[in-house]
Amino acid sequence: MIKINNLSYSVKNLNNEKKDILKNLSINFLPGKITAITGSNGSGKSTLIKTIMGILKPDYGTIFFKDINITDFSITERAKLGISVAFQQPITFKGIKIKQLLEVAGAKSFNDMCLCLSKVGLCAKDYINRYYDSNLSGGEAKRIELAMCLAKNGEVFLFDEPEAGIDLWSVDNLVSLIKNLKDKTIIIVSHQQKILEIADEILILNDNGYEIGPQNIMLNKIKPIQTCGVLGDQK
Amino acid sequence: MNKIEQTIYNQTMQLTHQPSGAFSLRVNGQSAKQKSTNNIIIKQKQQKNGIDVIIKPNTQNESLHLPVILSDPGLKDSVYNDFYIGDNANIKIISGCGIHNDSNLTSTHNGIHTFHIGNNSFVEYIERHIALGLGKKKKLNPKTKIKLGQNSTLKILTQQISGVSNSNRITQAKLGENSSLIIEEKICTSNTEEAISNYNIELNGYQSSCKISSRSVAKNNSRQIFESNLIGKNKCFGHVECDGIILDKAKMYSTPKISAENSDSTLIHEATIGKIAGEQLTKLMTLGLNKEQAEEIIINGYLC
Repeated sequence: MIKINNLSYSVKNLNNEKKDILKNLSINFLPGKITAITGSNGSGKSTLIKTIMGILKPDYGTIFFKDINITDFSITERAKLGISVAFQQPITFKGIKIKQLLEVAGAKSFNDMCLCLSKVGLCAKDYINRYYDSNLSGGEAKRIELAMCLAKNGEVFLFDEPEAGIDLWSVDNLVSLIKNLKDKTIIIVSHQQKILEIADEILILNDNGYEIGPQNIMLNKIKPIQTCGVLGDQK
Repeated sequence: MNKIEQTIYNQTMQLTHQPSGAFSLRVNGQSAKQKSTNNIIIKQKQQKNGIDVIIKPNTQNESLHLPVILSDPGLKDSVYNDFYIGDNANIKIISGCGIHNDSNLTSTHNGIHTFHIGNNSFVEYIERHIALGLGKKKKLNPKTKIKLGQNSTLKILTQQISGVSNSNRITQAKLGENSSLIIEEKICTSNTEEAISNYNIELNGYQSSCKISSRSVAKNNSRQIFESNLIGKNKCFGHVECDGIILDKAKMYSTPKISAENSDSTLIHEATIGKIAGEQLTKLMTLGLNKEQAEEIIINGYLC
């Protein structure tokens, strides 16, 4: 469904030195499969999501949606093709109601809105007429971010740390939500054990590159970050 | 009213008919229709243009509509309206002025409104300003003077929707003990329009409070100036928040001043001016909108 070939993305630091974030990634994300992406901070997980969505342009490499080369497609074109994304940090607005955003995403009726909001544990009648602004708590905003992604629908779902900001009580519901998208292509950045356990494949990104494989094998390769535990010379 | 006047009426009043309740319609510098009620008495001023509105004490949940229409090009109309609102009242006043001008002549409306609000009253005041037509000189200068009594609240929503070439909005208020003034201002300018807003609020009363929230959008080559001065003269609270979205080659100047003249006053000011946040556009584009559609939704929401 989504096939990336030799995908690379780099940034330049203050000294104008190039730093590779993604290097020669070639992966085929299949329909009906959940691929979890994990790895240390700064390893390029969110960058990969943003590159697939068209928010970041790769240095080289290609991205295919089915057999369509979408490497040069805009964000809007990719959204219309059927790629949906829920960001790690919800983006709020001033003066725009949740109802309007769900409508923009694709909800056609109150029932549609109710369905999407129920799946993220929110009651539509309490939320649709509220503004999607900074008066919402972080957890509420995050759930609405997910609800918009569900209302948008499509064939490919990109979730960037959907568990971040959601209370632990809700993680099981989040797992069910993801599992219920079973015929879709799910690419999900997560550090949450319960989410990694429902993945078909796990992609580990690190400074040395990447490794992808079946969940049962890859889970054993996820290691806690090692620190030296020594401050060094203190002057 | 002809078709143009009806359009102005509909947009400023957000109504298609004459509402129940007190009503005063002014068309091209003349009083066209007036209706008082038992509790809201409208009297024509004798010495100058305008009306005195007397709202009796204990008037509850009544409304007053004051549409003003200028459709004769080149007309300069100044009107002085005084509102005397008694104690323990709860009232909604909807005022609006619209100009239509297709000519090179200058149309100007100066609306000077003075509020004398008694004690323990709640007043909601909505004013909408628009200008239509191809002419480039359509000026609206609303001046609002307020004296707010003890334990009273005045909530103002002022909107300049579109088409006004020049506006100079002046608001002056003196707040009594435990009174509260809440102002929401929404202004959108485009082309070469210029909008100036100036607020001077004196928080005189013990535990008086004022909150000003200004949201504005400046497009094309338009220019906006926002100036406010919240003056704390007692134990009081004041907050001014000024957000501006600037597009194209527009210019925007914001000076939310706070002046504490009493050590128990708490005054806060915030001001931001910037383009539409890129991440907001991105979010809406991930939902399938193009950039122009995303901008429109963000601006409309911002000014709603």
